Amino acid sequence: MASHHDHPLPTLEERYEFTSESKRNLLIGGAVGLALVALGAYLLSQGGGHEAQEAVAHAAGAHEAHGAAAHAAGEHASEAHAGHGHAYHWSKRLWANLWLNSVYFTGISVIGMFFISYNYLAQAGWSVIFKRIPEAMPAFLPVTGTIMVATYFLAGHDMFHWTNEALFDKASPEYDPIIAGKRPFLNPTFYVIRMVLYFTLWYMLWKMVRGFSLEEDRVGGVDNYEKSIKFGTAFLVVFAVTSSTAAWDFVMTIDTHWFSTMFGWYTLASWHVAGLATMTLTIISLKQHGYLKSVNESHMHDLGKFCFAFSIFWTYVWFSQFLLIYYANLPEETIYYKERFSGYGGIYKGPFFINIFLNFVFPFLLLMARDSKRTMGVLKVACWAIIIGHYFDFWNNIMPGTVGANGGFGPVEFGMVLIFACAFIWSVKHQLTKANLVPVNHPMLEESLHHDIV
Amino acid sequence: MHVTSSVRTPLVLGGKTYADVTEDVIRHVEGKPTKEWKIALGLSMVVLAFGTASVFWTWWEGLGVWGLNKTVGWAWDITNFVWWVGIGHAGTLISAVLLLFRQKWRTSINRAAEAMTIFAVLCAASFIVMHMGRPWMAYWALPLPNTFGSLWVNFNSPLVWDVFAISTYFSVSCLFWYVGLVPDLASIRDRAKNKVSKYIYGTLAMGWNGGAKSWSRYEYISLILAGLSTPLVLSVHTIVSMDFATSVIPGWHTTIFPPYFVAGAIFSGFAMVQTLMLVTRVVYKLEDYITIEHIDSMNKIITLTGSIVGVAYLTEFFIAWYSGVEYERYAFVNRAFGPYWWAYWAMMTCNVISPQLFWFKSLRRSVSFTFLISIVVNIGMWFERFVIIVTSLHRDYLPSSWAMFSPTIFDIGDYVFSFGFFFTCFFLFSKFLPVVNMAEVKAIIKTASEKLPKNVSGVSKDERLAEASK
Repeated sequence: MASHHDHPLPTLEERYEFTSESKRNLLIGGAVGLALVALGAYLLSQGGGHEAQEAVAHAAGAHEAHGAAAHAAGEHASEAHAGHGHAYHWSKRLWANLWLNSVYFTGISVIGMFFISYNYLAQAGWSVIFKRIPEAMPAFLPVTGTIMVATYFLAGHDMFHWTNEALFDKASPEYDPIIAGKRPFLNPTFYVIRMVLYFTLWYMLWKMVRGFSLEEDRVGGVDNYEKSIKFGTAFLVVFAVTSSTAAWDFVMTIDTHWFSTMFGWYTLASWHVAGLATMTLTIISLKQHGYLKSVNESHMHDLGKFCFAFSIFWTYVWFSQFLLIYYANLPEETIYYKERFSGYGGIYKGPFFINIFLNFVFPFLLLMARDSKRTMGVLKVACWAIIIGHYFDFWNNIMPGTVGANGGFGPVEFGMVLIFACAFIWSVKHQLTKANLVPVNHPMLEESLHHDIV
Repeated sequence: MHVTSSVRTPLVLGGKTYADVTEDVIRHVEGKPTKEWKIALGLSMVVLAFGTASVFWTWWEGLGVWGLNKTVGWAWDITNFVWWVGIGHAGTLISAVLLLFRQKWRTSINRAAEAMTIFAVLCAASFIVMHMGRPWMAYWALPLPNTFGSLWVNFNSPLVWDVFAISTYFSVSCLFWYVGLVPDLASIRDRAKNKVSKYIYGTLAMGWNGGAKSWSRYEYISLILAGLSTPLVLSVHTIVSMDFATSVIPGWHTTIFPPYFVAGAIFSGFAMVQTLMLVTRVVYKLEDYITIEHIDSMNKIITLTGSIVGVAYLTEFFIAWYSGVEYERYAFVNRAFGPYWWAYWAMMTCNVISPQLFWFKSLRRSVSFTFLISIVVNIGMWFERFVIIVTSLHRDYLPSSWAMFSPTIFDIGDYVFSFGFFFTCFFLFSKFLPVVNMAEVKAIIKTASEKLPKNVSGVSKDERLAEASK
């Protein structure tokens, strides 16, 4: 097929090489992460670096926090309850970080599958050339899944208020009728079943579609393409339900009393754009290392549009949820924002605004112009902002309900992110070596190779 | 150069040349009105006359002629308003969002869908004006400086946001529609045989000359308008949803409302496009342009948006239980099992269950079944708004004030008015303007035609036949 480009099309045979140097760097990164976590844990256990915060916590934050919990529980919550069973131990912050990063990287990984699936369903052609990158992402799911199940068993009590059996016991002074009413949903057995179910379904469906994709490379034809559409669609049906329920399970139930119907789609929007940014960043990085030669400016432009559009979409759901809760001003709902705005001595107020800035203002202004979406340097900056921004989003949703006044950014936070990032990159790189970087027999490949937009 | 994969289904059938496209579409504009068209327009105008009388009486007597009572202060009026605004979402979605996603199948349905959007938004607006009771005061809804002392619109009210959102949406939709029409109007102008139509279409075509510069600007402005109207598609129904969700009425105040309303709006809008296009393609013999593939694609979007709406229903139901708020719980139990259970289950059946039948490829590609479902969906979406509005209101916090709503002949008559208006407009449109965007269909012929004639820019089939018979 002739091209209107002056230069001939580059070869499609591209094997990704996971160099030993790269492996070494990732191992060093992981080790540094571990060291940071260890250092952070030591400092936390000594109460170091946190005197200021704890002072605040005792002076104002603690009062606020107790008030908050009491409020959320309505007239049924007693001071004893708010103070009881919630004694803060420094290890809680480790567990909360483990949970936060697992949830975040689970999202980024599963979005790889989500992207492939809706591209198949929509018969998209342009994205074929880099489809191996989103395809490599979900391989990390078993890692985060295992960590999450383990964290739940080891430290569920530190994360989830509702795991306290006394809340459901009428005879207990801690009895909480509102939480007790949620028992059919919030009970350990069902919770673990759900968690295992999500990861199994997502991972298995990815395995299927990945299998078809690799087989297509070997045998050609359109059979695997047709099957991918079917199983991709099946995934979308599964994910339509599980993305919402997983968001409730993983994040919303941390603030056990609180509820918001938007929460599922809001979390999905956050995961989605973070996944897109990760994908885009990976593609740019590969291109800058000499791979993916056929990925052109038009592909970059479209990826930039996706990051731009879905940043706005996230903002839309974020703002809709915020505005409606703010406007109606019902105490059982506004408590969520109150805690993050003025609770715990105001330590969450900064991240609250950083979240909006990095996830909306910054990418919106940066990616608005056509040329910025076609310039890899600009696109990289925007993607980093989105990835960091959505970490803040999850941080802000998870930390107040778990560590409360003891939240912050220290060696533990930085170290944990580093460990997860290195592990995730390792997993993606490992997957990339398993197949040719371009799916050479995909029936839409020609369209993608000649992708050319204004 | 653009390549089209062989796995794609063609979008233009019958080996059309460019001239064929013009011929097939424009002949309905140039020809004399058919008897069927006259009958259809006549019927619509009779319905419109009846509706107009009803609206006149509503204004003459006041809103007391409606079936509203002290508990149910909003019923059919707002239901109809939201229903029509929702229907008015498909046009801009097709022209803007599908343009951004470079969906070629939009080209043969966008014109009619945009026209439909404009008429639907006008129908929606008519309910706002009716609801004002004193329509000559309608300009009070605008934040105009005035001499009434401190009388000013309430900027905190989502009803005022509605005024802004819908008027903006209406303006941009009209602009989009008109810009798209310009090249086609020029085609009509160039072919016009009498002075009057040459003058009218010529004026409307604004001196379009088909030059490269004109086309480049045309494409540029289309993209800009698409970029502007994509957030508008979302904003309109978002703000309509806030008419309810900013309140503290159980069943209304729920944070998922904005995106869920938008999905529902696209759902009903596509259903209405199906209803109209399935008739138009047969009456105007446009089966080669509005193919089974187009119907299939629209059905997929109907299934997608219907499923999103379904997930939202279930989420609302679940969270109402999960929240532990007894009023929320009651509101939802009352919807499903209270005195208005039939409305709820009509909504569930029509909106959630029926579009799931489109998972079967044979049903998705069946014209008659699609037509049936397209109507079923819009019945369901009317019931959805009725369920949200009336069943949330009729049993409020004070059991002594619980009430039921029954429509009067004027509730019904005013609703009928909007149908008369809508169809009168649509029939006039379909006679005097080309129902398919000829210029844009021509743009996809080379890449999406089933089989290309030897010379795609050759003369039309009729002329070829005339040539052959000589």
